Formats: sequence, C-alpha cells, structure tokens
Amino acid sequence: MKNSIFVLWLIVAALLTYVCARLVDNAYCYFAGYVVLQYIALATAWNILGGYTGYVNFGIPAFIALGAYSSVVLHKLTNLPLIVMMLIGGIVSGLVGVGTGYLTLRLRGTFFSIATLAMAVVMQTLVTNWAFVGGSRGAYIIRPATVPYLGIDYIQYLFLMMLGLCVLTVGVARAIEKSRLGYGFATIRDDELAAEASGVPTLRLKLIATGLSGGFMGMVGAPLPYYVTYLDPASAFSLSYAVNTIAMPLIGGTSSWLGPILGAILLGTLQQVATVTISSAWSLLIVGVMLVVFVVAAPKGIIGWFWK
Amino acid sequence: MDISFDLLGNALVSGLLLGGFYAAVTIGVSISFGMLDIVNIAHPAFILLGSYIAYIMNSNFGFDPILVSIVAMPAFYFLGVAIYHVYDVSFERRGDTALRGLAFFFGLLFITEVGLVLIFGVDYRLVDAIYIGPTLHFGVIDLPLRLLVPALVSIAMMGALQLYLSRTFIGRAVQAVAQDPLALRLMAADPSRIKRIAFGLSIATASVAGAILIIIQPIEPSVGRDYIGRIFAICVLGGMGSFAGTLVAAVILGVMENLTATFFGPSWAPAVAFGFLLLTLAFRPSGIFGRA
Repeated sequence: MKNSIFVLWLIVAALLTYVCARLVDNAYCYFAGYVVLQYIALATAWNILGGYTGYVNFGIPAFIALGAYSSVVLHKLTNLPLIVMMLIGGIVSGLVGVGTGYLTLRLRGTFFSIATLAMAVVMQTLVTNWAFVGGSRGAYIIRPATVPYLGIDYIQYLFLMMLGLCVLTVGVARAIEKSRLGYGFATIRDDELAAEASGVPTLRLKLIATGLSGGFMGMVGAPLPYYVTYLDPASAFSLSYAVNTIAMPLIGGTSSWLGPILGAILLGTLQQVATVTISSAWSLLIVGVMLVVFVVAAPKGIIGWFWK
Repeated sequence: MDISFDLLGNALVSGLLLGGFYAAVTIGVSISFGMLDIVNIAHPAFILLGSYIAYIMNSNFGFDPILVSIVAMPAFYFLGVAIYHVYDVSFERRGDTALRGLAFFFGLLFITEVGLVLIFGVDYRLVDAIYIGPTLHFGVIDLPLRLLVPALVSIAMMGALQLYLSRTFIGRAVQAVAQDPLALRLMAADPSRIKRIAFGLSIATASVAGAILIIIQPIEPSVGRDYIGRIFAICVLGGMGSFAGTLVAAVILGVMENLTATFFGPSWAPAVAFGFLLLTLAFRPSGIFGRA
C-alpha cells in the first residue's frame, strides 16, 4: 500500500472514531478517549527509536514534561493557538533528545538508556526549582469553556487534536518503516557493528530516530496542561507514563506500526476500566506484570501470534 | 556567597560518610553491570525491599536493622539466583538482552515499587536504633553516628566481598567470567552457573544497602528512583567492575552532592548525579581510572 493511500485510510479511521465519540456524546468519553489516543501517539513515537533501532528510551516522562512545560511558559507569555504550542513543544523536546543522544549514543546502547532514565530525574529537579512555571507547587491553567470558530467543548477540541497527532505519528512511523531510513534503522537493530562497517551512518540515523521520537513525545505533552488544568512536577514526571509507553509496543509487537497501536488500545482501555473498578495502583501493577510476562513469554508481542 | 570554614568542613566530612554509604548502594551494580554486563536497573527496588524488611523487623520486634539485613542476605541471594535464571533462559540465550532484557528489569523495578505502595502506602517510614541519635564532636567537626555506622558497615561489606572474589575459587571464576566467558568454559567451568552465583551475591548486597538506607533517611517506595542516576554514575565513573574505583567515585559524588546541598539548597542535589553521569559518559566513558 502506498503511503498516501495509507494516510487516507488513517484519516478515515480517525473520522470514524470521532463520529463514534459524537454519537455517544458524553464528556467522559472524550476524557477517557484522550488518554487512549495519547498512548497510541506515545507508544508509536517510542517505537520509532525503541522498536526500529533497538535503543531503549526510559526518559519518556522528561520528553512529555518538556512539551507540557513549554506550553505552560507559552500560555503565560503569549496567546498562541494550541497547534503552534504543540509544534514548539515538539521542537524543544526533539532538540533535547538529539542533545542527549549526541552525548551518549556513541557508546553502547545501555548507556543511552541509563542516561535517559537519569535525565528524567534532573529535568524534574530543574522544574521543581523553577518558580516561573509554579515550582513544586504546580501551575494552574484556565482553559476556555468552548473553542472560538468551531463552537465545540474544549475537551472535544483536545480530543480532536490528539486524534490528528495520532494520524501524524502513525503515518510517519509507517512511512519510515517502508523507506531507506527504516532499513537503515533495522540494520542498527540487527547488527550495529556490521552496519557501521558497511557504511551505514549509524550515529546520524540514531540521532534522527531520537529527534523524531522525542519530538513526537513533546507534541503529545504540549496539550497536557490544558487537559489536566493543574500540572505539578510529580504528576508530569510520573513513572507510569514511562512504564505504559514501554509496555504498549512490547506487548503489541515492536516490528511494525500496528504493534504499538494494538498495545495502546488494549492496555489503555484495560487501565481505564481497572482504574474505575479497582484502583489506579492496581491498574499500574497489572501493566507492570503484563510487561514482564510478555517480554519473557512472548518476545514478538501480540502481532507475533498472527504473523509468522 | 559567604563560605564559613565550619560549614565547609562539616559538609566535606558528611559528604565523605555519605560517599561510603553510596558505595554500599552501588556495589551490587558494580558486580551485575560492571562484571556480568547485566543492566540491572531494578537494583534500587531490591534495596528498598531490604529497607522495608528492616523496617518490619525493627518496628514489630525491635531488632537491629543491620543485623536483620545480614540475616536476610541468603534470602536475597536466592531471589537473585531465581531472577538470573529467568533472565538467562529468556534473554541471554536468545541474544535479546538489549531491548527486552532492559524492559524486563524496568518491569521488575515498577512492580516492586507499586507492590510496596500497595502494602505500605506512601508514608515515610523510619527505624529505631541506639546509634541513630548521638553525634561525636571533634572540635567544630560533627560526626553523626547515623552516617558513620553505615559508612563503616559499607566498607566492611566491600572488604569482605573483595576478599571473597580474590581468594576463593568461585570468586576468581566470577572475575574470569567478567573477562572472558569462553575461556572459562574451556577451563570446564559453567559461565551460567558462575554468573548465577555472582548475580545472587549482587542482590544479597542490596539487603544490607537497604538497611543502611533506612538508617540514613526515612523512606517511601519511590525513593529508589533517586538512586538510579547515582548508582550508575558511580559505577561508570568508578570504571565499572572495580571496587576501589567504586569507593572513590562514591566518595567524590557524596562530597559534591553535600557541597551542592549545603551551598545551593538540598532541592538541587539530585541534579549533581545526572550531571556527573552525563559528563562521564561524554568525556571519560571508561571511568576515572580507565584508559580512555
């Protein structure tokens, strides 16, 4: 299937999702749907680096928070539309990703993973000490009740934005998979030394993957302050983002764009249900246990059961 | 900024003691990551498990936390052996340690943390022991016993491990497996078995590290996360598998953090470890004693 046709199908799927949400017409539906969509975008973004090149990024909360806090700053200083904030959040986050990558990606893969894990801690320290964005007390964002020109609820608008972002990330991920770039990524994952020896510019490719992956995570984070309306460092840097975003592609399957989507829909929905019916701590425990069970028992994920 | 000598001296001394404690926290990772090449990012979670065991035994029966942790070491050893067995079968033999092996330990870290939250809640817990209150005074320098005792225990544990690794057959085999597993196999020793023992030892140290952690500071389940950056910064800076390097790097980090906390405020201290880690990885990935 050509990329343009694939993107058309994606848009059709997104429109269908929106129509379904409109038919249910319940504000909770948008609130819950936003979370699942957010995880589709996050899992797909993570998979661009993790699944395609095999480099594990644990710093997901840092990238999300970079996007979220750039929105907080822009919200205080300017009156930009949300879509511009998302772009800026994505650029900031992508640049930080490339910076961290430049320092650590020349070493063995595990050092990059450890550096991203520690990066989340330092970002949290910086934000906690930065009074302008609220410091440890957190920041309040007052969102408008309705959106001008469109005349819909703001939460519905956020839902639509996230839907659009999902189309973008999945479209880009699939385009990469079928391109020269994607084959380059795969050579790094399978045997980096051999790739380097055959003239694949591995460092440049890894930096591209880190930049794209981090940038998309920042874009996911940018609308977050408007969604939660109160953002504090402890919740913006929550480890549950990291474990969810890593668990979803690994459970769905990392080799194709479909895996992260399957994982995100399955785990995202399961968690919404478990949070409402049991408790949020138990729902996180379920995700952790599923992650361990899948990496041990089903290394190819759900799509591995169907595609041999 | 007004730097008084008393303040500086005290910050240096307590930094040194803190460094001794950091060495105990890191020693397990120096074995697992430094020698065996197993990226056990769940190590801080096992340390917290040790802290909570010390807490239960101390608050219910009044036992000394350090004694409890030494008694609990065999249990931790077997936990480590069991975990390594799963890791070996699922990832090392499939050659899939990079992506799924890391995710496996990340999952373990998360499960332990959430499990501890479900059992103990997020309240801070602490222990009681005779050496927690008093402080020795030498002129203007204060030596709080609750920092001194952990540092001494830590150094004793490192010394014992160093002796074990350099004097016994198994210990030498552990060092050999770090250098060349194939050569070890040719000597008719099973690298898997040796690695299982070594990984068990590395988790056993977490028991003692956990007990001295809860002596130094009150704990709650997410405290372990602050230690991930520190542990790996120290391990890499110390040249991976070297115990002496680990101790020196731990002391350097302890002093730096304490000076930062004293002169810039404690909320900046966690950033020091990361800065350290990033600079080390960028400029001296083989550690301070390594040949670049």
